[in-house]
Amino acid sequence: MSELTLTILRLGLLVALWLFVFAIVGVLRGDLYGTRVTQRVRRGTEPSGPIPGASPARPAALKAGMLSGRRGSHPRKLVVTEGPLSGTSLPLRSQGTLIGRSPECALVLDDDYASGRHARIFEQEGRWLVEDLGSTNGTFVDNRRITAPTPLELGTTLRIGRTVVELAR
Amino acid sequence: MTVVSRFAPRRGRNVELLLVVAATAIVLLAYVNVGVNTHGEVPSSLLVLGGGFLGIALAFHLVLRWRAAYADPILLPVATLLNGLGLVMIHRLDIAHGRSIGEGMALRQLMWSALAVGCAIAAIIIMRDHRVLRRYTFTAGLLGFVLLLLPILPVIGSDKNGSKIWISLGPFSFQPGEIAKIILAIFFAGYFVQTRDALSVAGRRVLGLTLPRARDLGPILVAWVLAIGVLVVERDLGSSLLFFGLFVALLYIATERISWIIIGLTLFAAGAYAAYLMFGHVQTRVLLWLDTFSQEALATSDQLAKGLMGMGAGGMVGTGLGRGRPDITYFAESDFIIPSFGEELGMVGLFAILVLYALLVERGLRTAIGARDGFGKLLAAGLAFSVALQCFVVVGGVTRVIPLTGLTMPFLSQGGSSLLANWVIVAILLRISDHARRPVPESGPTPIGEAPTQVVKL
Repeated sequence: MSELTLTILRLGLLVALWLFVFAIVGVLRGDLYGTRVTQRVRRGTEPSGPIPGASPARPAALKAGMLSGRRGSHPRKLVVTEGPLSGTSLPLRSQGTLIGRSPECALVLDDDYASGRHARIFEQEGRWLVEDLGSTNGTFVDNRRITAPTPLELGTTLRIGRTVVELAR
Repeated sequence: MTVVSRFAPRRGRNVELLLVVAATAIVLLAYVNVGVNTHGEVPSSLLVLGGGFLGIALAFHLVLRWRAAYADPILLPVATLLNGLGLVMIHRLDIAHGRSIGEGMALRQLMWSALAVGCAIAAIIIMRDHRVLRRYTFTAGLLGFVLLLLPILPVIGSDKNGSKIWISLGPFSFQPGEIAKIILAIFFAGYFVQTRDALSVAGRRVLGLTLPRARDLGPILVAWVLAIGVLVVERDLGSSLLFFGLFVALLYIATERISWIIIGLTLFAAGAYAAYLMFGHVQTRVLLWLDTFSQEALATSDQLAKGLMGMGAGGMVGTGLGRGRPDITYFAESDFIIPSFGEELGMVGLFAILVLYALLVERGLRTAIGARDGFGKLLAAGLAFSVALQCFVVVGGVTRVIPLTGLTMPFLSQGGSSLLANWVIVAILLRISDHARRPVPESGPTPIGEAPTQVVKL
């Protein structure tokens, strides 16, 4: 065999090794998974925001929905309004959303006053209910400690430790 | 406003298949390189060996499709490639020592590879959920320490090349430290999941560092005494460092307190220095490390010097597989397989191998991040870290970063116990990653509050 073939084989092995490494790195780029946190653009600066004219009406509609609890204003997500995770929102699951310190929870709180599996929000007959899962420091709906599954409406405050969450659409 | 949404990863089984085939192709290319450079022809056994090797890897791949469909797609191809490269290098050293395929070490290593992959497959099939391992936390602890201390025993323990890390039972010799690594990782993970809350209680703040309470220092002192004991009695810095490093790393991961790392490193440094002052064999190791090329060091052992010369001879792109002289160094196929690769693949090839290890470790740590249970997190992190630390100890030893010790390079080095242990590590990581990547079922088990009880049904 010629010296050229030998050199090509020798360097070809090194090239193949590095190509393999880069192929793996390529796979890793497409393999990101877990939870995705997206930053929402503030409404005032959003160029292609909601339909013009609709935005001033929205807070009013929200308030109306809060008072009457209409069918049309069905909550679809949970928003943290106070506490370290303030501003976070996550979709509600009809099978139940767990809140607590344990990593298996949908909303994981880093709060000494919260229990591992603190509370659960679930849907029953078209309404969202919250139940306390035997927490140490209790779950508060509108500042009253709950003992049985309690219905949640849009805008009802739910306090767990130092965190306050609300339902939102 | 921020929105948190979950999304599941792709299974990646087809990507894995593709990468396994690519890995086999690279191994065969390396094998052709050896054949052409030593005998001037493409080896005739190429298709048979290549087919056998691919068959072993594909068997594992199919088992993953069957039993762990969401497992990480990178681990298996990387392990396959490293195992194959090790086989090629051992075969190449067989040729240099004039051994035929039948009597050489490469064939035995290939059989060990098949056996190791078989054990890994069995582990994947038998262990449907890694959390069952937590039941055996303290059994694992006891077994791990027994395995670690087994080589000290008079009859079965055997003294090879200055360190007592082997046991011999008749014709078989075995490094129990390799298996102890996995078993101790299980023990530490299970133990720290239970005790992390007590251990992460903060004590006083000194110089901006939160020190733990004095009474929580117990476990780390026990681990330290054992590690120094291994260093002194078994004369093996590598096992000692691996075992204590694994302990401190898991302690840090479980408690998130940097003070544990500082305490651990200080204790280890102090213990190692005391051992250096008191024991002659530790002084020899340090002399070989600091003054490799001095007269008295060369009179003791020129192994390290030869390895360094070999790597120097390799240069950037290496001499080519089969064209260097790695066989001059003793243990070129086990402890010194990294200088052998450095000589024949050069720095470019050696770094590719090191990056492969880095990717393997990264996937292990990623699995730990994704795991949803504390035990799985700690176990995956511990296993990944043990592979990383072992690579550091071996590569650091042969490149004179730390004193040389007798550990094996995972997957590359010749030796059955090492291969077996590392394939089982890969199997456990695959099992945990399958659990971590599998999407959470939207309709989980009925929550306690809703489950109808028998009384209600009546």
